[in-house]
Amino acid sequence: MSFLREISPMVRSIHLPGQEVLMSRAARIRTELRQGIKKDFMELIDLSSSDIHSRGIKPISFLRQVMAACCYPSLLHSDRIPADARERARSLLTDSNGGSIGSYPPTGGMAKVRRSVSDFITRRDGGVPSIPEHIFLTTGSQQALTIFLKLLVSGEGPLRTGVLVPVPSYSTFSMALANQGGVMVPYYLCEEQGWALEMEELQRALQAARGHCNPMALYVINPGNPSGLVQSRKSIEEVIRFAAQERLFLLVDEVYQETIHGEDTEFVSYKRVLFEMGSPYSSTVELASFHSVSKGTFGEYGMRGGYVELVNLDPKVMEHALTFFNRDGSGTVMGQIALDILADPPQLGDPSYPLYSQEVQSIKNTLLSNVRRVHSVLNGVPGMSCQPIRGGLYAFVQLHLPQRVIEQAKEAGVEPDMMYCQRLLNEAGLCVVPGCECGQREGSYHIRFCIGVQEEIMEEVLQRLKSFHSHFMREFS
Amino acid sequence: MLLRRIIWVVARGRSPLCDSATVIYPTRQLKCAGCGMVNPSLQSPHSSSSRTFSGLSTTRCGLIYRKMSENGAVPRRGKVLTLDTMNASVKKVEYAVRGPIVQRAVQIEKELKEGVKKPFDEVIKANIGDAHAMGQRPITFFRQVLALCTYPELLDDNTFPEDTKNRARRILQACGGNSIGAYSASQGIECIRQDVARYIERRDGGIPSDPDNIYLSTGASDGIVTILKLLVAGEGRTRTGVMISIPQYPLYSAALAELGAVQINYYLNEEKCWSLDISELKRAVEAARQHCNPRVLCIINPGNPTGQVQSRQCIEDVIRFAAKEGLFLMADEVYQDNVYAEGCQFHSFKKVLFEMGPEYSSTVELASFHSTSKCYMGECGFRGGYMEVINMDPDVKAQLTKLVSVRLCPPVPGQALMDLVVNPPQPGEPSYATFIKERTATLRALAEKAKMTEEILNTVPGISCNPVQGAMYSFPRISLPERAVQEAKAKGVAPDMFYCMKLLEETGICLVPGSGFGQKDGTFHFRMTILPSADKLKVLLNKVKEFHQRFTQQYS
Repeated sequence: MSFLREISPMVRSIHLPGQEVLMSRAARIRTELRQGIKKDFMELIDLSSSDIHSRGIKPISFLRQVMAACCYPSLLHSDRIPADARERARSLLTDSNGGSIGSYPPTGGMAKVRRSVSDFITRRDGGVPSIPEHIFLTTGSQQALTIFLKLLVSGEGPLRTGVLVPVPSYSTFSMALANQGGVMVPYYLCEEQGWALEMEELQRALQAARGHCNPMALYVINPGNPSGLVQSRKSIEEVIRFAAQERLFLLVDEVYQETIHGEDTEFVSYKRVLFEMGSPYSSTVELASFHSVSKGTFGEYGMRGGYVELVNLDPKVMEHALTFFNRDGSGTVMGQIALDILADPPQLGDPSYPLYSQEVQSIKNTLLSNVRRVHSVLNGVPGMSCQPIRGGLYAFVQLHLPQRVIEQAKEAGVEPDMMYCQRLLNEAGLCVVPGCECGQREGSYHIRFCIGVQEEIMEEVLQRLKSFHSHFMREFS
Repeated sequence: MLLRRIIWVVARGRSPLCDSATVIYPTRQLKCAGCGMVNPSLQSPHSSSSRTFSGLSTTRCGLIYRKMSENGAVPRRGKVLTLDTMNASVKKVEYAVRGPIVQRAVQIEKELKEGVKKPFDEVIKANIGDAHAMGQRPITFFRQVLALCTYPELLDDNTFPEDTKNRARRILQACGGNSIGAYSASQGIECIRQDVARYIERRDGGIPSDPDNIYLSTGASDGIVTILKLLVAGEGRTRTGVMISIPQYPLYSAALAELGAVQINYYLNEEKCWSLDISELKRAVEAARQHCNPRVLCIINPGNPTGQVQSRQCIEDVIRFAAKEGLFLMADEVYQDNVYAEGCQFHSFKKVLFEMGPEYSSTVELASFHSTSKCYMGECGFRGGYMEVINMDPDVKAQLTKLVSVRLCPPVPGQALMDLVVNPPQPGEPSYATFIKERTATLRALAEKAKMTEEILNTVPGISCNPVQGAMYSFPRISLPERAVQEAKAKGVAPDMFYCMKLLEETGICLVPGSGFGQKDGTFHFRMTILPSADKLKVLLNKVKEFHQRFTQQYS
């Protein structure tokens, strides 16, 4: 037998996320619990991803009603679906080729949805114009990001494209970048300052990179994943000036824009700031902004709906971008329907408005209450500290681990926070992600977990975490 | 140069996110051979990089140094991402099925809407295998279950048959939080993979299928591109070569161009109904061994765009050839239910492989692909699909599993639909009769249209069309007058592109020229789907007939 063993070196070099390892261990524990094997906990709680539906947060009814009617148009005559949902489904079906959501969407996505998204952006950005033709609907925002990495990454050796990436961030992005063969240039967010993005650090990262690679793009995540940072307008202005001066293409991940916690924090889009800065910035800085239906209050991860809006892209490059948007399909129709509703939700006076706003508000309240509980409980636990979570769906908590933990982990050949997470999973039935998966400063250790769960589950999580932590710390002190 | 492609540039701290990363430490100064500049900040990740660097032209060196010195408040000049700075392999990627003809068709549609007068009232898009766009109705059962899955409050609605509810409950139970909005495993929902495996076993007369070998995908294309990506390695003469049929489906050539793999053409035999000759495979592989490392053989059966259905004998021969030459087989079988011609039958590569005995079934590596987009379903918008991998080295399979996790999970509604396709209503269930009626009607209509297409096109002098044995397309050969060929050349377009563009402008019919799929030099074709309704298709075919006669007259 001589099975083929030589495969793409790029694929081989992709690092399998430790998160996957933990998740498969979690699946085994679940099976064992089902088989009646005794554990110290009755139920496993998996907070490793931002998938809120899997933890019992209910989908938005209006969205699902419209989708159901699009799938099965006989429902357009059913009183089980509210009139405005039926109306929306009708208009989406009219915009589908052949009147069926089973047909391929046109290049770039359904025309109606691109218009809705464009109107949404204009409203969000206080009137800054948005052009539907510059919006591309994709199979989740990750696909759009990947297409841009494909366009950007080239060259060899010191001419290889580099991308500045925040630390901490998330492993899927670094895997996608590795997959394209790009050079990752990390810039560290300042934890002590609430994970602030500091200009000196961007400068340092860029200077360090030049010569090894050709830094062409700056990736920012705002609101931050997993940092929970929400950038101020001033900070965004600085980043834009930096990108302009250093000739960097801005890749702006804004998928958490719907999840801002508390009245005193505001999301401002990069595009808005760019345009309000005026010429020459608004006419020159190249920017791709990503959004998706997977996060926020919708949480429709499984639908795979996302979009990218392109600003100041070279028209000739746009032609090639189109080839990819063509070839890789223009997303799934279900994802696009979800985007349409994200961009154009029921309005005051519509039959579905009361239920819609109640559902959205209830999720927002849950998130806010969880953020507060996480902050107040964990900051009171010796050996843990947590920066304010201003946005996004994650808590990223620092662990102050005793030297003995670090030594033992080193002996076992695992990262100390990975060891912590493995034990937390086995002993307390909590599945969270170690900071080493997200990136962190040398010598600092973290865990990341999603805050999108029912309040009572969050309470249970905090109790288990607290008691595991003190037990763990005692063991090693 | 096969250095690890992910390189961390770390000045302080350690490399997060990626254990396998290469961390670069300062080693020595480098002097540019071209311009003689020394850059103190330049560090060498390993010895070969100095070679690479000195191999650069002076202008390129100048460029990076100039960029490095631009630290002051210099206003931007031009764009960061331009055709010059863009990934060069992207420029080679083309996709004919939605190429210039289609772009022009979209424009014409817009003009018609704005009231511009044309010699026709509507654009007929016979360019793409999009059945629903051409008026094919979805299967009621599928859509009922999908509606229930998206809005489970309807599970108590008595207008839905009981079996649709059972099916929806089963799918929802397999989803996180009972929501199809939840994330699924990257490989796909487990119980759906089990259903796929059972479907394959039924289809292949009991040959076992392991759910662990099934990967759900975002349409078949996602699976195909993923496998190609995995298999492409080496540089220069060791670079992976991938054999694809000519004519081919442009997804393959586009993916190979993007991945920088070597495309190895083997020609189907038009005179013998687009059959696949083993002698041609041999010729192609031997010629290719001179300059690359042929490792993959792609087969599309039933054929796209050529519509041929491979005989069992032919599949056996191909498998023997792959075994002898040590090739990984990729079988694109998305048209497996679309077989129309009498005497033709679909045989899966997997079934034939296993029936050939352990000598082959335990050694030949195979990936086969299926999707929800074609057959009688035509559900392109849901992007459902799967692949089954056979005999893949366990280590490579682990790499594949890792690779699919980069693109997160396939759309869950597409996974649900795939589940219904592989597990349709059974005799005795309330939806069975309607399901069979709808499926039969769709497949019968396609068979009639396949026949009609062949018949009408063959009445046109200068057009010859092979029988459309399967799939959804005809790929007739057209003879073009020398003057038309010359004029096209003068304009810098392929002659059949010239022909199709004129056809579009004069009749509103949108087809894809054969040059987008590849064809023997000096021959010209177009691809036309058989998907428009029978009435419309008849009109369309007669318009093509008239146009062809007019065109021939005009240029002779």
